[in-house]
Amino acid sequence: MLDFLSSAGVFDAMLAVFAAGAFGPLLLRHHDAAANVWSNSLAIGGSGIGLIFSGVALLKGTVPAFGADSTLPLLSFSIRIDQLSAFFMLVISLVAIFCSVYALDYVRHYYGKYSIGVLGFFYNVFIVSMILVVSAHNALFFLIAWEVMALASYFLVIYERRESTSIRAGSLYFIMTHAGTAFIIIAFLLMYRTTGSFEFGEIRDGIAAASPLVKNAIFISALIGFGVKAGVIPLHIWLPSAHPAAPSHVSALMSGVMIKTGIYMMVRIYLDILPGAYLWWGLALLIIGAISSLLGVLYALSEHDLKRLLAYHSIENIGIILLGLGSALVFSSYGMTTLAALGLAAALFHTMNHATFKALLFLGAGSVIAATHTRDIEKYGGLIRLMPQTALFFLIGSMAISALPPLNGFFSEWLTFQALFQGVVGFDVITKITFIISIGSLAFTGGLAAACFVKAFGITFLARPRSEHAAQASETNMLPKLAMAGLALLIVGLGLFSGMVLKTLAKVTGSMANLQGVEADVAQFRSVSIQNGFAETSMPALFIGVIVAAVAVTAVVAVLTRKRKTETGPTWDCGSDLTPRMEITATGFSRSLITISRGVLRPSSETEIEYHDANRYFPKIGTVTMGLHDIYRTYIYKPLRDLTTLIAAQFTKVQSGNINVYILYIFLTLIGLLFFMDLQS
Amino acid sequence: MNMTAIPYWLLQILLIPALSPFFIGVTRRLKARFQNRHGASVFQPYRDFWKLFHKDEIISEDASWIFRVAPYLIFAVTLVIGASIPLVSTALSNTLTGDLLVVVYLIALGTFFLALAGIDTGSAFGGFGSSREMMVAALTEGGLVLSLLTLALISKSANLTAISANIGSLSFQSFTPIILAFISFSIALLAETCRYPFDNPSTHLELTMIHEAMILEYSGKRLALMEWASANKYLIFIALGANLFFPRGIADSLDIIPVMLALVLLAGKSLLFCVAIAVIESSIAKLRIFRLPDLLFTSFVISVIAIGLVN
Repeated sequence: MLDFLSSAGVFDAMLAVFAAGAFGPLLLRHHDAAANVWSNSLAIGGSGIGLIFSGVALLKGTVPAFGADSTLPLLSFSIRIDQLSAFFMLVISLVAIFCSVYALDYVRHYYGKYSIGVLGFFYNVFIVSMILVVSAHNALFFLIAWEVMALASYFLVIYERRESTSIRAGSLYFIMTHAGTAFIIIAFLLMYRTTGSFEFGEIRDGIAAASPLVKNAIFISALIGFGVKAGVIPLHIWLPSAHPAAPSHVSALMSGVMIKTGIYMMVRIYLDILPGAYLWWGLALLIIGAISSLLGVLYALSEHDLKRLLAYHSIENIGIILLGLGSALVFSSYGMTTLAALGLAAALFHTMNHATFKALLFLGAGSVIAATHTRDIEKYGGLIRLMPQTALFFLIGSMAISALPPLNGFFSEWLTFQALFQGVVGFDVITKITFIISIGSLAFTGGLAAACFVKAFGITFLARPRSEHAAQASETNMLPKLAMAGLALLIVGLGLFSGMVLKTLAKVTGSMANLQGVEADVAQFRSVSIQNGFAETSMPALFIGVIVAAVAVTAVVAVLTRKRKTETGPTWDCGSDLTPRMEITATGFSRSLITISRGVLRPSSETEIEYHDANRYFPKIGTVTMGLHDIYRTYIYKPLRDLTTLIAAQFTKVQSGNINVYILYIFLTLIGLLFFMDLQS
Repeated sequence: MNMTAIPYWLLQILLIPALSPFFIGVTRRLKARFQNRHGASVFQPYRDFWKLFHKDEIISEDASWIFRVAPYLIFAVTLVIGASIPLVSTALSNTLTGDLLVVVYLIALGTFFLALAGIDTGSAFGGFGSSREMMVAALTEGGLVLSLLTLALISKSANLTAISANIGSLSFQSFTPIILAFISFSIALLAETCRYPFDNPSTHLELTMIHEAMILEYSGKRLALMEWASANKYLIFIALGANLFFPRGIADSLDIIPVMLALVLLAGKSLLFCVAIAVIESSIAKLRIFRLPDLLFTSFVISVIAIGLVN
């Protein structure tokens, strides 16, 4: 029975369900409600099958491999779901189920505005392409799936096509993701050059023959290519605009799981396909991770568009995942496979945790935005009374992402810290310093993330409403609440049972070729102990401890003060009229932290004053525009663009527009190639 | 766990909340003496709490359940931390929640809800207090984690009780990193416990207050819990400073004599910390808020150097 559940037939059935989910809504595109129910129900069904399939493969340790040959040379549709693939497929399916449940209700507000059929088509294609990306075993097949994923997500980003910001965000995403794909193709071609194959298995067997130069080139190309998709700084510029532009359930999928496909391929290439990592690879990942996590959270602090804020937190969390992965690479270059397995387990655990809480936060944000019709956090306030359940779920997500115990985010950060701690003593100076910097960066990131989510939650849900829309908001419907409740339970569960989860993840680390079957040295159910007891903690004890203590304190105080009354009254207002404008704003809340980090953030502030009189004594209207200078555009992308334009301008010299000349060029190229072939043989 | 350990565990759990008002009282009394005042009795904080618990309570009509729940949760978190750190005997080893990162992040959990409670009433003071508190807390984290990590690396364990046991048995070789880590920790201590030069614990001026601003809207039993939790945090940090960096005298068994001796020693060491804090508070001015990051980064850099010296 169990073997059947992870067989090729089930995988094909999943593909068929997604195909039906994709093409059905196109036929039903004139019936919004039918298209919505059809596409999202089948997305739930397909993801459900995917969840069972990958869950069985993961727990039983089977490696389903099957496929079909194609008529084209080098391309084969081969699928191989080893433990790593099964893990990522599990995460994708899990989050997709909740997002689809949410979408069943959420999509209704697009009825009559945009085509629901098209949304359903691209949504299903998007999910299935992500699953194919993590299960493909052939580089060309992988690239096809990767491209389909990029295009499907592009069309989802520009779904609200009448908004000019969506189109701009989509174009930027389109260009960036294809620039990334170019580097990925270079990496695969380099592998092909050495091994003569595009099959991952054959590449793994033959790549050892590659020279160090080729290996380093593969590392760099893959880092840039997959770094764009993962959103590491400075390749992140598409992410904060693209994720918010998409519908919220799609943002949840993009932020929660799509960017993780970049992480998946980094793990696949660096720890599975390429043998013998060099030390500098791991150090480079650590530095990139430290920069991405710290800058990601600082940019998030300066945002007051709720979805952009969450998008920047994705960059931060990708940084944290890279810290775990980087430490794994460093340890593996030293031949310390046990420690490498620990680092990888931390990275994978955080991957899964981030998928759950980021999906929850985006869904919560979607409900808030649907209720208030604005993404500007300054216009919220007091929503905890109008949307109590959404507020509770958002609070759970905020606590998890701020790494507060006893939720799951704390445990994976704890694990990442442990992996980094192991790199401080007994290594050469450069490694040691890199690890210390990484630890410092992770510590500051944790604190700043907490600050940012006090802001995000506090300004959105607490105090009094700051706008008409916020004052008239109402709680979201049953299905979205159900989806959020499911994710919230998952967050609590993953925290509570982190020992068991880690045990399963240890199996994944054991399946990596470079770790030679070594599983992370961790795990019992009750408490998790790292590296011969260097550190130990028990999430259930922490959970129960905090709850028992809180209940005990409440009970004792309630008995002690049972005769005392509790009245409500107005907030003390110093004798003035307290209006919502006197509450702290999101800008004000984070201004001090931004001022402190002005060296990196480069805050800008423009003051404009209109006067009543020519002598400029009596101001009429004053406006202050606060923002950040976009240093990436100014110093990286603009020079790059200028260079491209310059080169393109040079090429216009050979472009005459005369078709005969072009035929001549083709002819000359052919002659040249023939000579070249002759010389080669 | 055998039955004889139960009274000691009760002592461990209740020690922090039982003694914390006393050390707040001592610090206030010492400061009063520095200012040529007589000062209130060292037991005054107990009387204050008693009084507050016997008063009715007014809660802002804008406040949500976060505001109502926060005091209980924050106080409970200090109880859990108090049960997780080394106090009188290293035989009371808590491997479940005694990890240094667990303690640091439990502190962050309390701060998180404190800041949310500050925003919740919609008062201008509360929000600014929260903003400042989160700024200080975020920037303190690096120095705090790294200074404790220095000790963990020296003693080859991240469990606080094990650190206390191991540091006590060290030779003077590893003295330098410990002292550097202690300087770094002391700065974090002043920041986390809302002391000079970060915050003025006795002020009610909107320009200078952080902690007091957040709890401005509290009254009655919830105010008592907030104040008491903040006293607990003060004693927790002092106990950490005393027992991690200067652990000599802490008992290594559960015999009654060494434990009592350790209790007296802990009280003595904590009194020394109170004297030091009172001297600092009486001799320097509060820093401008934008000078605080310099001090906190100093704490971070010092602990980085300390770790660099650990082999």
